[in-house]
Amino acid sequence: MSETREPEDIVLRLRGITKRFGALLANDAIDLELRRGAILALLGENGAGKTTLMNILFGHYLADEGEVLIADPGGTLSPLRGGSPSAALEAGVGMVHQHFTLADNLSAFENILLGTQSLARPWLDRRSARHKLDQLMEGSGLSVDLDAAVGMLSVGERQRVEILKALYRGARILILDEPTAVLTPQEAERLFETLSRLVEQGLSIVFISHKLAEVMAVSQRVVVLRAGKVVADLATDETNAANLAETMVGRAIPKTVRTAMAPGEEILNLNKVCVAGAHGRLALSDASLILRQHEILGIAGVSGNGQVALSNLICGLQAPESGSVILHGQAIELGSPSGMVAAGIGRIPEDRLHDGVVGDMNVWENLALEDYLTPAFSRTGFMRRGAARAHARRSIEDFDVRCPGPEAATRLLSGGNVQKLILARVLTRGPNVILANQPSRGLDIGAVTEGHRRLLDARARGAGIVLISEDLDELLTLSDRVAVLHRGRMSPAMATEEVTIRQLGLMMAGHGTERTAHDAA
Amino acid sequence: MRLEPRTQVPLALAIAAPAGAIALALLLAAIPLIWAEVSVFEAYGLIFKGALGSRFAITETLARATPLIFTGLAAAVAFRAKLWNIGAEGQLYLGALAAAAVGTGAVAMPTFAMIPLVLVVGALAGALLMLIPTLLKLRLGVDEVVTTLLLNFVVLLFVSMMIEGPMKDPMGMGWPQSEPIVDEATLPKLVARTRVHAGLILAILAGIAVWVMTQRSVWGFEARAVGASPAAARFAGMPVPRVMIRVGLISGALAGLAGVGEVAGLKGYLTLDLSPGFGYSGIVVAMLAQLNALAVIVAAMFVAVVFVGADFMSRAIGVSNYLANLVVATSLLTMLLASLATRYRLRWH
Amino acid sequence: MEIIEILLTVSFWAAATRIATPLIFGTLGELICERAGVLNLGIEGIMTAGAMAGWMAVYQGADLWTGVLFAFAVGMIFGLVHGIFTVPLGLSQHVTGLGLTLLATSLAYFTYRMILPDVPSPPRIEPFQPFAIPYLSAIPFIGPAFFKQTALTYLAFVSVVVVGLVLYKTPLGLALRAVGENPAAAEAQGIDVYVMRVGAVMVGSGFMAIGGAFVTMSAFNAFFFEMIAGRGWICIALVVFASWRPGKALLGALLFGAFDAFQVRLQQALGGDIPYQIFLMLPYVFSILALIVMSRRAAYPKALMVPYRKGER
Repeated sequence: MSETREPEDIVLRLRGITKRFGALLANDAIDLELRRGAILALLGENGAGKTTLMNILFGHYLADEGEVLIADPGGTLSPLRGGSPSAALEAGVGMVHQHFTLADNLSAFENILLGTQSLARPWLDRRSARHKLDQLMEGSGLSVDLDAAVGMLSVGERQRVEILKALYRGARILILDEPTAVLTPQEAERLFETLSRLVEQGLSIVFISHKLAEVMAVSQRVVVLRAGKVVADLATDETNAANLAETMVGRAIPKTVRTAMAPGEEILNLNKVCVAGAHGRLALSDASLILRQHEILGIAGVSGNGQVALSNLICGLQAPESGSVILHGQAIELGSPSGMVAAGIGRIPEDRLHDGVVGDMNVWENLALEDYLTPAFSRTGFMRRGAARAHARRSIEDFDVRCPGPEAATRLLSGGNVQKLILARVLTRGPNVILANQPSRGLDIGAVTEGHRRLLDARARGAGIVLISEDLDELLTLSDRVAVLHRGRMSPAMATEEVTIRQLGLMMAGHGTERTAHDAA
Repeated sequence: MRLEPRTQVPLALAIAAPAGAIALALLLAAIPLIWAEVSVFEAYGLIFKGALGSRFAITETLARATPLIFTGLAAAVAFRAKLWNIGAEGQLYLGALAAAAVGTGAVAMPTFAMIPLVLVVGALAGALLMLIPTLLKLRLGVDEVVTTLLLNFVVLLFVSMMIEGPMKDPMGMGWPQSEPIVDEATLPKLVARTRVHAGLILAILAGIAVWVMTQRSVWGFEARAVGASPAAARFAGMPVPRVMIRVGLISGALAGLAGVGEVAGLKGYLTLDLSPGFGYSGIVVAMLAQLNALAVIVAAMFVAVVFVGADFMSRAIGVSNYLANLVVATSLLTMLLASLATRYRLRWH
Repeated sequence: MEIIEILLTVSFWAAATRIATPLIFGTLGELICERAGVLNLGIEGIMTAGAMAGWMAVYQGADLWTGVLFAFAVGMIFGLVHGIFTVPLGLSQHVTGLGLTLLATSLAYFTYRMILPDVPSPPRIEPFQPFAIPYLSAIPFIGPAFFKQTALTYLAFVSVVVVGLVLYKTPLGLALRAVGENPAAAEAQGIDVYVMRVGAVMVGSGFMAIGGAFVTMSAFNAFFFEMIAGRGWICIALVVFASWRPGKALLGALLFGAFDAFQVRLQQALGGDIPYQIFLMLPYVFSILALIVMSRRAAYPKALMVPYRKGER
C-alpha cells in the first residue's frame, strides 16, 4: 500500500468523534478513514461503541464533539450536518441496521420507496421506481419479491431489501451493522460475494462485526474499538485473528472449556411435538428430543425456523397441538409458565427486557417474580418484603449484579446485569432442566463468559440444558450435542465433535435435514 | 433536546412537581379570568373562601371530596394495572341504582344490617358492570377504553328508564327520581345539619386499604407487575387474566361505592343529576395523585376545593363555574408534564 | 312488513346520511391520527369545541364557511397540544387524550357562557341548507337519499376519497403509514417521525372539529351542552370497525347512521309500549357489538400507542 494518499481517494473521514451518555463515554475522540472501493471492518466487542459511532455517522445521534466529513461524487470532502438521517442519506450514506428497520405490513417495494420522493409530490411514482429497481437488482445480484409484505420474507431476504434500499438511494458508503449475525454460514458467504461485487462497482463499505474470521476474510483494513477508543487501525493483511482478538479485548480471553462428562439419566423427552405458529401454520412439527443430566443440547437454526415455538413450549407460554412432553418420566402440565416453574424448569428468555424482567419494578421484586407465592416471599397474602430484600442482597452478591441495591429500578441496569439478575433468579432455584434462549445476545465478552460459566456449572451439578442460539461458535463451545431447526422440523441431535460448521450451515439452510432424519428413522 | 432517564428522584422534586403542576394550572386558568375582566386574585380568593373559608364551606368541600376519593381510587387501581377503566361514571350510577333498589323499602332490616347491605349491593353492581369490558378485553381483545366509555351512556339511559318507570317515586310530583332511601339505610351524618356523611370515613379507609393492598400484598405485587409489563408477568407465571379480572372488579366496586355514598349519604334518592361527572374527575384525581392511593385522598380534596370554591365564586362575581372544570382539566395536563420531570432530566444539545 | 318499508324510504336514507356525516369526519380524523401511531381520545372534546367554535363564529357574524374553517383551526390547535404531549414528550396517549377531552369540553362551555351569560333559550343561526347535486341527484332512490344534502355532507364524501388517495397513492401517505407501522424504519429513510406524527394528529383533530361543527351548523342551528353525546367515542369504535381504512370508515358511519335512523323510526312505529330509553341505548350497544365482532381480526397499525424516542431503540 502506498504511503501517499490521493485526497480524492478518501470518501469518509471521522475526526475526534466523542459521545457521552450520562457518565458513560461511549465514543472517545475517534478518528477513522474510509477509502473508495474498500471494505473497512470496525471490530470490537459488544459495548465497545461501534454501533454508537455508526449511529452518529448516520445521524441517529448527535456527537458531543468532532466532525464527520463525506466526499461528494467529485471527491471533495465536506462536513456532514449531524443528527439528521436525511442529511446522511443525501450525502450518500446508507445503513443496514442489525435490527432491520423495515415496516412489516408494507411491501418490500413500499419500504424501499419510503422517503425517496418529495412528500409534497401529489403522486407516488411507482413505475420509474420499479424500473430503476429492476436494473439495480440485476446489476447487484440482489433479488427479492418486491410485492411481498416484508413480514412474510425470510431474514436473508429482508437483509437484501435493506441493502437494496440503500443502493436505491444512491448510497456510495454502506454501513453494515453485524450483518451476518442472523445468517447461515452459506448465506453469509453469499453476502460476502455480493459485497465484493458492489465494491468493484465503486461502493465503499464499513463492516461492523465482532467475528474475527469474517473480518479477516472480507476487509482490507481493520479499525479496532475498545471501550470507546480506537486501539488499532491496521491493514488486514498485516495482522491475524489472534492478534486482533487480543487487541479487541485488551487482555487474555479466559477460554470457556467444556470438560467431557458422562450424561446421566434422561430428564426431558419431547416426542413428535407440534406447536402452532402464525397464520394457522405449525411453527414446530413433529419435533423430538431427549435431554439427559449433565448435558447441554444445542439448537442451531436461522431465526424464525421454530425457535420461538420450542422456547414457548418449554417456557410454558404455549401448549403443544399434539405430541408428548415427559419430564422425569411423568407427563406435566403444559401451556402454563407457573406449571413449568413448579416442575423445576429454569427459563432464560430470548428477549430479557421484554419477557425476563419488569423494568419498572425493583431488583428485589424482579428476583421474586417467579417465586412470590412461596412461603419464602409471601405469607397470608402479603409480601415478606424483608425476606425478599435479604434474598436479593444475597443474589446480588453471589451473581455480581452491579446495581445500587435491592431497591434499584431494574430498567436502569445494563443488559449484562439484567442477564445476571435473570440467571440469579433461575439458578438459585437449582433447576433440573434449563432452557437458555440466546443467552449471550447483545452482551459484552465478560458477561458472555460469565453466563457460559454459570451454565456449565449447572451442567456439572446435574442439570440438563437446552441451549437455543444463533451463534454457532457459542453452540459448538458449550453443547454436547447439537440439533438443527429448519422450517419447524428438528434434525436428530448429533455429537458436537462429529459435526462441522459447514455441515450445520447446510442443515440450517434446509439441505440434508430430511435425509438425515430419514437415515435415522 | 433529549430526555434522559433519571436514576433517582430527589424527594424535593417529588413534592415540588405536583405543587408546580397545580400552580401552573392556576396560572393558565388566570387567562380566562382576565378575559372575563375580573381580578384574578379576587377570583382565586373567592374560590379559597368558598371552599375553606367557613365551617360550612369545609363541610361542603369534604362532602364533595367523598365520591371523588372513591372514583379516584377506582381509576388509580385500574390504571396501575393498565386497565383503562373510563367507566367509573357508569359504575357510579349503577351502584347508586342498586343501592336505591334495596334501600328504598324493598328490604326491611335494622340499620346495622341495612347499611352494609346497600354498600355491598352497590359495590357489587359497579364491579359486575366493570366485569363486562374486562372480560371482553381478555377473551376477545376488545379495547376497554371504548367499551367502558360507551357503557356510561347505556347505564345512564338505563337509570333514566328505571326512575321514570318501575322505580319512579309516586310522590315525586312527576319528577324522574327514585323513592327516598329509608332511614335504616341512610349513612349517618358526620356533622349535624351539613352534608358530610359517613361515606367520607369509608372513602378514607378505602384509600388506606387500597394503598396497603397495592404496596404490601401479593395482589398488589401481581397487579403492579401485570400493569408494568404483561409479557414479563406472564412469563414469570402470573395468572394475568385473573389479575386483570380482580383489578376490574375492585375498580368497579370502588366506583359503585361512590354512587352508594351519593344516594344513601348525600341526596337520599336517585336522580339523573346525581353526579356532575365524578367518574371523569376521578381520572384527574388519580393522575394528580400519580396513582398513589394515599395521595388520592389529598388530590380529591384539591379537586373538591376547586369545584366547591368555583361555585361560590360564580355566584359572587358571575364568572361561569365551568372555570372549575377548566382548572381541573388543565391541572391534569400540567401534572403529566410534571410526571415527565420526575422521570426524566431534560438535556439540551 | 313495516320494517322493510322503513328501509325502503328515501327519507330514511337521507336521515341516515345526515346522522352519519359528523361520524364520517370524526372517524376519518381519528383514523389519520391512529394511522400515524397516535390514539386521540381528545376526539369527544375536540368535536365539542368544534361544534361551539364554528357555531359561535357564525353567530358573531362570520359566514358559514369561515365558521367551518375556524372550527378546523381550533381542532388543529388542540391537535397540536395532543401531538406535543404524546409524540416528542412521549406521555400516555390515553391520559393526555382524556385530559384534552375534559379541557376542550370545559373550554367550549366556559367560552359559550362567557359570551352568552344568560340567554333564555339557545340562540340560533342560519345553518347550511341542503341542495341537490345536478345529475347525481337524479339517480332514482340513491340521488334523493344521498345527493340532496348540505355542503358539509358532500365535503365528508370528498374527504373520504381524498384521505384514501393520500394514504395509498402519495409519498406523504406512504410516510404516514410507515411512521404508524415502524417509526424507526421511517426515520432510517430520512422521514422526521415527530413532524409526521404531530402533523397527522393536527390534521386529524381538524377533521374531528369539522364533524362537531356539522352538528351545530348543519344538523341543528344552535349549540347545546352535551350535544356531542358520545359521538367521539363511537368514532373510535368505528375506526376499529373500519380496520383503519377510509372507505370502510364511510361504510361503517353510514351503517351506524342507518341503524340510528332506524331506531328512531322503530320507536315511532312501536309507540309507547317499550321505554324510549331502550331505543336510545341501541346505537351505543350496536357500537360495542361492532367492536366485539371486528376486534378479533383487527390489524392494528403496529406502532399504535407506542411512543417513539429518537435514538432509543
